[in-house]
Amino acid sequence: MTNDTNSPTISGFNRRTFITGAAGAAAAPFAARVAGAAGDPRVLPDASLPVDVTLHVNGADKPLTIDTRTTVLDALREHIGLSGSKKGCDHGQCGACTVLIEGRRVLSCLTLALAAQGQQITTIEGLAGGNGLHPMQQAFIDQDAFQCGYCTPGQIMSAVACVREGHANSDEDIREYMSGNICRCAAYPNIVAAVKQAAPAILSDQQKG
Amino acid sequence: MRPFAYQRATDAPSAIQALAAAATSNNALTEATVQPLAGGTTLIDLMKLDVMRPMTVVDINPLARAWSAINLDDGNLRLGALARMSDVAVNPEIQRSYPVIADALKLAASPQLRNMATLGGNVLQRTRCSYFRDVSYASCNKRSPGSGCAALEGFNRSHAVLGTSEQCIATYPGDFAQALIALDASVEITGKSGARTIPLSDLHKAPGNSPQIETTLAPGELISAFLVSGRWPRSVYLKARDRQSYEFALASAAIALDVQDGVVRDARVALGGVATVPWRARVPEALLKGERFDDSLAQRVAEAAFGDAKTRKHNAFKVALGKRVVARALHQAAAMEV
Repeated sequence: MTNDTNSPTISGFNRRTFITGAAGAAAAPFAARVAGAAGDPRVLPDASLPVDVTLHVNGADKPLTIDTRTTVLDALREHIGLSGSKKGCDHGQCGACTVLIEGRRVLSCLTLALAAQGQQITTIEGLAGGNGLHPMQQAFIDQDAFQCGYCTPGQIMSAVACVREGHANSDEDIREYMSGNICRCAAYPNIVAAVKQAAPAILSDQQKG
Repeated sequence: MRPFAYQRATDAPSAIQALAAAATSNNALTEATVQPLAGGTTLIDLMKLDVMRPMTVVDINPLARAWSAINLDDGNLRLGALARMSDVAVNPEIQRSYPVIADALKLAASPQLRNMATLGGNVLQRTRCSYFRDVSYASCNKRSPGSGCAALEGFNRSHAVLGTSEQCIATYPGDFAQALIALDASVEITGKSGARTIPLSDLHKAPGNSPQIETTLAPGELISAFLVSGRWPRSVYLKARDRQSYEFALASAAIALDVQDGVVRDARVALGGVATVPWRARVPEALLKGERFDDSLAQRVAEAAFGDAKTRKHNAFKVALGKRVVARALHQAAAMEV
């Protein structure tokens, strides 16, 4: 990847301050301003300048200065220091990067950080919401649902959503709705067992919540 | 990935205004220097592969507030283009009145991708042709007009047998558009001068001599909604693929029937995985209308669906597979209790 080069500590001169001066009212319809008046292709925006963004991750605000190309996955891993979400294929095929955004499971490698502004992001680090383990994390340990562990954070985030979506009613259902998470160690039977183990606790929490 | 400027539209007019910058560049929409970003599952992927190279990305997700409703008023369906695939697939009314739509959405991609991808973006997804997706191949008329087509003599197992040309045999990879085209859906397009509505069958363009032009959308235009008249409770989407789940179709069929007293009053047949565009099979439909449904009719319809097929070295199996998919889907639709 070439888009992790901007340190979060860059300060003083950034795109927003630059544009506010340069483009003025022309870019007013847009929340994130860019160089060049919207609608005029002759004025090419300078896409090489970093931009300011605040991400809401696991309940905390994370102000960042990033390249526009930065995905949520790269923001988490390279800028915020949360390396639990994994980069497998980086093309939305393997599911290792799965996180919850506004409670929905999505692929952080295909989500631009700038597009996730204002939304609640939950990663494997914030899943349990405390020091203990989330029931799904405990179930993966109990059922030996991993070998190398690389896909596991994505599997667990996806599994929690799978249960909450109501798709953990049968082994077949679980396999279908966990198909977006690839495990090259092929721990699949144990992953199905883990999802089944954790489902009642998650559903009961959901009813209370 | 190449650098780009990010703009976030706050409403439809601001999105249209930003996208209109591309309208002056005289490029096909797919080559436009300004691209809309919805779910991002095609765009960000292809930008990482250096296949799509926009200089500006306009985030249209804030438009979802106005453009993501599912409405079934007066027996007609209106689907907002920014509705997410997963939300439409689980809608009980869609499942009841339009099973072909619910199934096409449910059988596509993965749960995460369906949570992200929008209906409008889904219909506009780009081909999975490996020669298109891999820029190290010099020959791809879709990516680089006039450069040739590496798939013609290459590994073309996944490629199309219907609607091809000597310039391009890339398969249209989606499922949902086949369900829509089978139901005679219309697409509402919003641009600078307001909204226009066209039949979905007029949206995609077969490759012909200009495979780089994939749709009739102009730069600066956005799909805002899909419209379907009437209800189609007797409808199915059947998808044959290399894996049971999370895979593109090798052959698929979207079937909708109106059967009264054992006689087919109306029939819709669309094919996926085998054609360069969402493929409406009108000749087979004509064979069905007014006839009593049985297996012999299903077989004749399936034969007719692939009458014009043109196969290549590795994809001839799609004709036999496609016929079986059509026949089985017809049986499934005819046997439905509605």
